[in-house]
Amino acid sequence: MPHDHHEPLSPSGHPYRADDDRDLTYWQVMEIAVRELLIEKGHVSATQIQDQINTMDARSPANGARLVAKAWTDPAFKYALIEDASQASREMGFDIGPMHLIALENTEKVHNVIVCTLCSCYPRNLLGLPPDWYKSRAYRSRAVVEPRKVLSEFGLEFNQKIQIRVHDSTADMRYIILPYQPAESVGLSEAELANWVTRDSMIGVGLPRPPA
Amino acid sequence: MKVRVLSQWPPGHVRTPGYLRGKVGTIERSVGTFNNPEQNAYRLTPTKNRLLRVRFRMSEVWGPRAENPDDVVEAEIYEHWLEPLNAS
Repeated sequence: MPHDHHEPLSPSGHPYRADDDRDLTYWQVMEIAVRELLIEKGHVSATQIQDQINTMDARSPANGARLVAKAWTDPAFKYALIEDASQASREMGFDIGPMHLIALENTEKVHNVIVCTLCSCYPRNLLGLPPDWYKSRAYRSRAVVEPRKVLSEFGLEFNQKIQIRVHDSTADMRYIILPYQPAESVGLSEAELANWVTRDSMIGVGLPRPPA
Repeated sequence: MKVRVLSQWPPGHVRTPGYLRGKVGTIERSVGTFNNPEQNAYRLTPTKNRLLRVRFRMSEVWGPRAENPDDVVEAEIYEHWLEPLNAS
């Protein structure tokens, strides 16, 4: 019987996620205590905290895509981006906070890919929250040992003449990749090009592609 | 410039990845000075240490296991973890 399963499945055929009926952890209790104290003492309001969460949630890869599209169409900006990506991002109007950003250019001969083996450093101020796989132990450990195999699992195959450069965000810098512009996109406007730039292409595990 | 990452295993919060300790690489660029995380993590007054990006060939890091010996891995390593190697 196809549905003779002791756990009921959702209409899409997946098991329902169990309720998280667990005790709060030590640090969850600590966070709630500190937050409530800050509110009770009048240092911040619940609205201000929620506004900040909304600001963080609103950051998306679309910001990085605009940066890449501008670099593809404006050689002076591309130069500035490679020289000092933090400064170039701020000049474009992005509030990246104190982030120290390095832009790495993919070429016909070099493909860059980003990982943080020690934790999960990611240019959140520009690309938003990292995908779950980026934080997984599997990606973090394998990306430096067998990057070509990892990239092939993302659907990318590179011949041996192309150098793969893996960048491990071990300390204070954050990275964004300037993907190699597809030949068929040359001549499009900056706004059109931004739709070609995917989140994964700015991490190095994808390539730019025509918008769906 | 060629450098070797110190092969030391001190306890505590260290941001030099284990897989690069003892490995030889070349300085890719200097990215400035930053608070030493080994002190900062414990709220000790941190020293400002130079942070360098070091490039390692995969053959140096993984030996014959490397997928492609000419691929590279680059990481930020604090200067106090690096010893200069004389050009040979």
